[in-house]
Amino acid sequence: MPVVKAVTCPVCGSLCDDIELTIQEGKVVKVKNGCAMCESKFLGYNGEHRILKPLIRKNGEFVKTSVKEAVKRAAEILAEANYPVLYGWSSTNCEATRVGIELAEEVGGVIDNTSVICHGPSILSVQDVGIPSCTLGQIRHRADLVIYWGSDPWSAHPRHIERYTAFSQGRFENSAWRGYLTKIKASQVRKKIESAVRRVFLKEAPSIPPLIRREPPPSIFREGRKLVIIDVRRTRSAQMADYFIQVEPNRDYELLQAFRALIRDEELEVDQVAGVPVEYLEEVADVMIRCNFGVLFFGVGLTMSSGKLRNIDAALSLIRDLNMRTKFVIMPMRGHFNVTGANTVSTWQTGYPYAVDFSLGYPRYNPGETSVVDVLLRKESDAALVIASDPVANFPRKAVEHLVKNPLIVIDPHMNATAQMADVVFPSAFVGIEACGTAYRMDHVPLPLKKVVEPPRGVLTDEEILRRILSEVKKMRKKRQVEVAA
Amino acid sequence: MELLIKNGFVFDPTNGVKGEKMDIAVSDGKIVEKVNERKAKKIDASGMIVMPGGVDIHCHIAGSEVNTGRLLRPEDHFKDFERKTSTTRSGVGYSIPSTFTTGYRYARMGYTTIMNPSMPPLEAKHTHEELSDTPMVDKASYPLLGDWWFVLEYLKDGKIEECARYIAWIMSSTKGYAIKIVNPGGLEAWGFGHNVSSIDDQVPCFCITPREIIRGLCKVNKLLNLPHTIHVHTNNLGKPGNYQTALETMKCVEDLYDGNKPAIHITHCQFSAFKGDDWASLQSGAEEIANYVNTHSHVTLDMGQVIFTDTTTMTADGPFQYTLYELSGNKWVNHDVETETSAGIVPFRYRRKRYVHAVQWSIGLELALLIKDPWKIFMTTDHPNGGPFTSYPKIIAWFMSKKAREAALKRINPRARSRSLLPTIDRELNFYDIAVVTRAGQAKALGLINKGHLGVGADADIAIYNVNPEKTDPSRKYKLVRRAFKRAAYTVKDGKIVVKDGEVLKHVEGATMWLDVQSLEPAKITDDVKRRFREYWTVEYENYPVTEDYLEVSNPIPIKACV
Repeated sequence: MPVVKAVTCPVCGSLCDDIELTIQEGKVVKVKNGCAMCESKFLGYNGEHRILKPLIRKNGEFVKTSVKEAVKRAAEILAEANYPVLYGWSSTNCEATRVGIELAEEVGGVIDNTSVICHGPSILSVQDVGIPSCTLGQIRHRADLVIYWGSDPWSAHPRHIERYTAFSQGRFENSAWRGYLTKIKASQVRKKIESAVRRVFLKEAPSIPPLIRREPPPSIFREGRKLVIIDVRRTRSAQMADYFIQVEPNRDYELLQAFRALIRDEELEVDQVAGVPVEYLEEVADVMIRCNFGVLFFGVGLTMSSGKLRNIDAALSLIRDLNMRTKFVIMPMRGHFNVTGANTVSTWQTGYPYAVDFSLGYPRYNPGETSVVDVLLRKESDAALVIASDPVANFPRKAVEHLVKNPLIVIDPHMNATAQMADVVFPSAFVGIEACGTAYRMDHVPLPLKKVVEPPRGVLTDEEILRRILSEVKKMRKKRQVEVAA
Repeated sequence: MELLIKNGFVFDPTNGVKGEKMDIAVSDGKIVEKVNERKAKKIDASGMIVMPGGVDIHCHIAGSEVNTGRLLRPEDHFKDFERKTSTTRSGVGYSIPSTFTTGYRYARMGYTTIMNPSMPPLEAKHTHEELSDTPMVDKASYPLLGDWWFVLEYLKDGKIEECARYIAWIMSSTKGYAIKIVNPGGLEAWGFGHNVSSIDDQVPCFCITPREIIRGLCKVNKLLNLPHTIHVHTNNLGKPGNYQTALETMKCVEDLYDGNKPAIHITHCQFSAFKGDDWASLQSGAEEIANYVNTHSHVTLDMGQVIFTDTTTMTADGPFQYTLYELSGNKWVNHDVETETSAGIVPFRYRRKRYVHAVQWSIGLELALLIKDPWKIFMTTDHPNGGPFTSYPKIIAWFMSKKAREAALKRINPRARSRSLLPTIDRELNFYDIAVVTRAGQAKALGLINKGHLGVGADADIAIYNVNPEKTDPSRKYKLVRRAFKRAAYTVKDGKIVVKDGEVLKHVEGATMWLDVQSLEPAKITDDVKRRFREYWTVEYENYPVTEDYLEVSNPIPIKACV
């Protein structure tokens, strides 16, 4: 059976590229090295919700049609629209995004990617403060202090810790996985005993555990790699950490600013900040200053909780300030496998990473005005193209109402919630399984995506569908110009 | 398609043509002896200057650091944008233009060949994706190899030939053009927040000195017969007193000169020509450097001229960028790349009334004017570090006119003015010299055989500027010259007219040049190397090289190596 090696996994922003796939009769039958998310994507992508034929809505019902017909209808919608939005892009390859931007420019629309609802605030803060960062390998080789804030890598980026941070073996720092293994086992046993005690002897109903205010264990002062988790709840990642700081919900900003004061050797005249006693924080600040190379990863827990971009402002400033004392870097934990790529392509072609408006013939950028949710809430758009994304399931209700009221084109392998509300639906090949291309890892390292199996007959890639729509739109607009001139 | 450029004043230094009135014939994208005059499309260039298309040896136009700069600075783009037209794509400027706009702006100035000088090998795909989206110009990129762990390890053990084989491999697999060395050793040290302070400092954890790295790679460069020399950004860049480091760097490869081809290129030399103990006592070290270069032939330089404007500094020199952040307090980006290099970005405004900035401005021009041979020093702004490339016409005016320099001198910081050497320099470059420092010399230093000249067989990349060398005295009418170089009357790329009167007529794709280094005994990628690879990088060996599909138009240059 043919085995394809060094396959890049098209699931999360970690973009592990060491996956080995066994192919049998044009199907993936075995996945090696992958996490649970990776396996379920490679083995289960061809599920019951797959669309195989382009669909057009006629009299309220979907009718199967040819690609040519669907392209024509989609091009009509876009060419006639005054202010269309083109949204999605984070789960497709860079090549498709490049065509998408040209299409947006051609039709004078707004092009926006999903970072607007995840790490959009991080980008705004980077534009204010800058960002000291690095590639993930640098962390593997050098980091002796790893902090995750508002992110649960063990569940959301399962191989992140193993490949890039605490468990990976670097040139200057050793893997710490043995210690963690013992710790996880111990904590599981303890948990089982505790819950048994509660159920059997105390007859307690399950309840929300109280905030934990543990002082830092002596282990975080030892030499070698340390893992610190800061979150509002005790996540699975927190269970393996050397130290877990439980911050009260929506009070991250205070905690970040407290750290900023502490690393400047300032005294805090309160007993606790965000539910954590100051003396504990002082000890952690001390660990931060004394490390050789520290890293802070932050997730949507920080970008989308109260304060949003202000939180990231504070986090970036904290890390920048720490560089006066030692080497410290910071990195956002990007979710979709190519959300970084969508930002990157948009930036090199238009100068701006997301929320780009072409209605005046040149790129304009003003998140809050040109970002897709705001355009929809102001009811300004009159058509939409959604690719590799499901805004109907994620956007605010009012925005969705406006989105589906107008003509809607969807390009997606699956019949998702947005596709069900669409006027034209294109089935597309799975990028990274049935289509090759490029994706950017969360640290901006570009990696090639492989085509390992053929897409179903007649199903095109995102790039090809967009190219056809673009050339049809160009044709229509030229025709119309000639008509106007005549 | 055939093209005939008639009656222009031709400046083609490589072939010794000094402003003679002659016709240039073009067929199939190449310069030819003659074409059928009746069939060929004709350009009337009477009263105009005809030069080879401009060549830029060092400008950051693509790649991860440039793009992060774009992302970092929306304020840089807001006031400077270009609308979509029927022929061109839209885009934004100013100091870090979007890719399409970069291509158009270069073409408008008559430039046709661009060298992108810093490409982290791990992120080479990104650079090439952007270069493929940069139209109108041919381009190439230099991979950053001075702090590559493979290099450090092989050089430490003295295995020059082994090292050369791996460099041959990386050159082809990153689709690179020359060996770029940035702050050798310092970038590795920056991994833990340190730096090296002289070319004889030990690089932490690697038992090697910057001197050994530079010398080693210079030897490798020779073994591989690469067309360009090593391209060096010196240690201690941007620090007062660093002109001595620059001199030591040049001296350390003196004995490797074979009397034929230069051995080293010191890039953006202005930033490495500071004399003095601190910022207050900063002075120009241009004279010392110029004296050295005037008496030695193994070195070429480019200026890195400073322009008084708001720009964005970006180099692979992470520690230097951190210093700049500390000095300016502006927003700061750092991006270290595992086992290879680092990078930093800080927005910066050069102000004419600031002493240090005014001294820097003066140093660049002093270097260019005090070095007698124009084939040794080239015009750059280290775009965008000294200022955007769109300021080149300004620099040309300063070169050609003492009056223009005096006008600028009047407005700078008085203390800097009183210390500047410029008032004592009467030299004014003529159009022939300008053709050397902006195209012929750069093409020669880069070893580009078909660029930078108008001899038969050369690529038909031609720039025509609307200024009459017989009637215009550039020394007095420098504003006219500036205007002419800002908007080329015509730019011809591969035999096609792409720009007329400073407007883009046609969107054409340029080729990406890269070295296909053929070693006698190629580097063996054994299982052991693959294992090392997996340990050093976080990507698989198979996913590291850049395949040719990443280049919109690929132009491999075969090189026969001696190892």
